[in-house]
Amino acid sequence: MSKVPILAARGLVKRFGGVAAVDGVDLVVDAGEIRCLIGPNGAGKSTLFKCLTHQHQPTSGHVLFEGRDLQGLATHRIARLGIAIKNQIPSIYANLDVRENIRLAGLRRWLGKRQLNRVVELTLDEIGFDERLASQPAATLSHAHRQWCELGMLLASSPRIALLDEPTAGMTREEMLKTVDVIKRLNASATVIVVEHDLEFIARLAQRVTVLHRGKVLVEDTMDKIEANEIVRDIYLGRKKEAAHAEG
Amino acid sequence: MVRQVKQAFFPVALVLFAALGPFILEPFDLVNLSAFSAMAIAALGLAFVWGTLGILNLGHCTFFGLGAYAYAIAVSNLGDSTLAALIGIALAVAFSLVLGYFLFFSRLGDVYLGVITLCVTLIFYSFMTSTADPSFHIGPVPLGGFNGITAVPSLNMPGDPQAFLSTEATFSICLLSLAGAYVLLSLLRSSDAGRIMTAIRESELRSELLGYDIRFYKLVGFAVSAAMAGLGGALYTAVMGYVSPNVFDLSQASQFVLWVIAGGLGAFVGPVVASFGFQLLSSQLGANQVFNTELIFGATIILFVMLAPQGLQPMLLGLSSLKFPHRFGILRRKEKPA
Repeated sequence: MSKVPILAARGLVKRFGGVAAVDGVDLVVDAGEIRCLIGPNGAGKSTLFKCLTHQHQPTSGHVLFEGRDLQGLATHRIARLGIAIKNQIPSIYANLDVRENIRLAGLRRWLGKRQLNRVVELTLDEIGFDERLASQPAATLSHAHRQWCELGMLLASSPRIALLDEPTAGMTREEMLKTVDVIKRLNASATVIVVEHDLEFIARLAQRVTVLHRGKVLVEDTMDKIEANEIVRDIYLGRKKEAAHAEG
Repeated sequence: MVRQVKQAFFPVALVLFAALGPFILEPFDLVNLSAFSAMAIAALGLAFVWGTLGILNLGHCTFFGLGAYAYAIAVSNLGDSTLAALIGIALAVAFSLVLGYFLFFSRLGDVYLGVITLCVTLIFYSFMTSTADPSFHIGPVPLGGFNGITAVPSLNMPGDPQAFLSTEATFSICLLSLAGAYVLLSLLRSSDAGRIMTAIRESELRSELLGYDIRFYKLVGFAVSAAMAGLGGALYTAVMGYVSPNVFDLSQASQFVLWVIAGGLGAFVGPVVASFGFQLLSSQLGANQVFNTELIFGATIILFVMLAPQGLQPMLLGLSSLKFPHRFGILRRKEKPA
C-alpha cells in the first residue's frame, strides 16, 4: 500500500435545496483495492458516486486523486488522470459496433495502430464477446451485454481507478457472476470502487465495504463483519426505528 | 479493398467529368455547373459538420458569404485570384473559430446553437444590405448595399492577374475542387480524429468520460466546414462575377440544410447529388416562371422528411442491402427489457 491513497474524500457534502444527500463523507481508498459502497435506497450512494467523479460539484469538501484535488477540473481532464467512470445508466455509442466502441476507448492512449488492435481484441476476449457480438451495433445488444460493452471500454482505456455505479443492475445471477470476473480483470491493473445493491455480488468481490446511511458513512469493514453487523442488518431490513430504540 | 474502390468511384467520376465536360457541354451549361459545384463544396462542409459531428449549423451560409465577399474584395484589390480565394477561406475559418469558441466553450444546446448561427447570418445580411453608401468601401471596392459587389474578376492563372482562365478551365477547377473537398472530408471522417468526432455525435458524455475534449473537436470540425464554405463562396463569386447580401439570407441558409437532408444526413455523395439536382431544378423553374421556386422547395422538404427522413443516399443503400440475410438475424434478436 502506498502512502498517498489513490482516492480520498474529505468532508464531502452535497445538498439539494435543504436536503443533504451526502452529509460529510470521509473516504480513503488505497491503490489496488476493490471497494464497495452499499446502503439502502436514498442513502446517498449515487450522489456520492457523482461527487467522487465530480460529475456533481460537491457543496463542500474535496476529492483527492493521489493527493491532487479534482476541484475545477473539466470532465475530460479527470478522465485523463486515469479515472474511468461507469454511470448507472449505460453510456455507450449505440449506433457504432462494439469493436468501434472499445477501440474509441483505447484510442485515447495513443498507442500504435497495431498495439491498439491488440488491445481491442484482448478486451473483446476479456468481456467474452465473440466475432458476431463484436461486429454488432451496440444498440442491438441485450442489457447485460451493454453493461459488459461499457466495462470493456473501461478495460481498454487502462485506467488507474475505475468507478462503477450498479454494474449488475437488472442482471440475472449468471450474468452477475460473469460481471464479477470482468471486474476482477479490471482490478488486475486498477483500483475499483463499486456502488451496489446485490449483496452476493459484493461478497464475491469486495475486500472492504463501506456502508452509507442517510448521507453518512455508517461502518467500514470487511464483508464478513458487515454481514454480522446488527445495525447494518436493521437498516437493510427497514427496522431502523427499532434499532434506534434498542440503541437508545 | 472493395470498399476503397467503391469510395473512390465518386471522386473519380467527378475528375472524369471535369476533364470531359468542356468537350461535351455548351459554355452556358459549364458556367451553371461551375456555380453548382461551388455550392456543392459548401454543402459538403455542412454535410460533414452536421452528419459527422452532429452540429446543426443553420447559419452555414455565413461562411459561404464571408468567403464570397472576401474573394470579391481581395481580388479587386490584389489582382491575383488564387490569393483572394485563400483569403476567402482564411476569413471564413477565422470567423468560425471566434464564433465556435463562444458556441462550444459555453456548451450551448443544439437548439440554441441553431438559433444563434441563423441569427448571425441574418445580422450579416442586414449589415451588408445597409452598406449602399459610397463611404462603405474597402480599397477601390464599394460594398454596394443591396446590389452587392459587381464585376468581380474571375479566376486567373496563379501569379498572373492578366491571364484570365477560360470558362472551360474554370469549370474543371470547380469540379476538381469539389472532388478534392470530397476526398479530403472522406479521409478526415475515416481518420482517428473523424472517428472521435463520430463518437462525440453519438454520445458527448461517454466521449468526455473517455477523456476527449469535445469542445476542441467540435471547434476543429466547425472550422473545417467553414473552410469548405469559404472556398465554395470564393469560387461561386469568381464564376458568377458578383456577390450580393443574398448569400446571407434565409433562403440561402435553408438551401444548404435542404440539400443535406435530401441527400442524406451522414452521407457525402447524397448531399452533392442533391445540391446539383435542386440547383438544376431551381434554374429550370426560374427560367419557366410557371411555379414559385420556394413553394416547390418547401413541398419537397416536407415530402422528404415524411417519406424518406434518412435522405436519398441512405434510403437507396438501405434498399439494396435488404437482400442480405444477416439483416434479419439482427432484427430477430430480442432485446431484454432494461
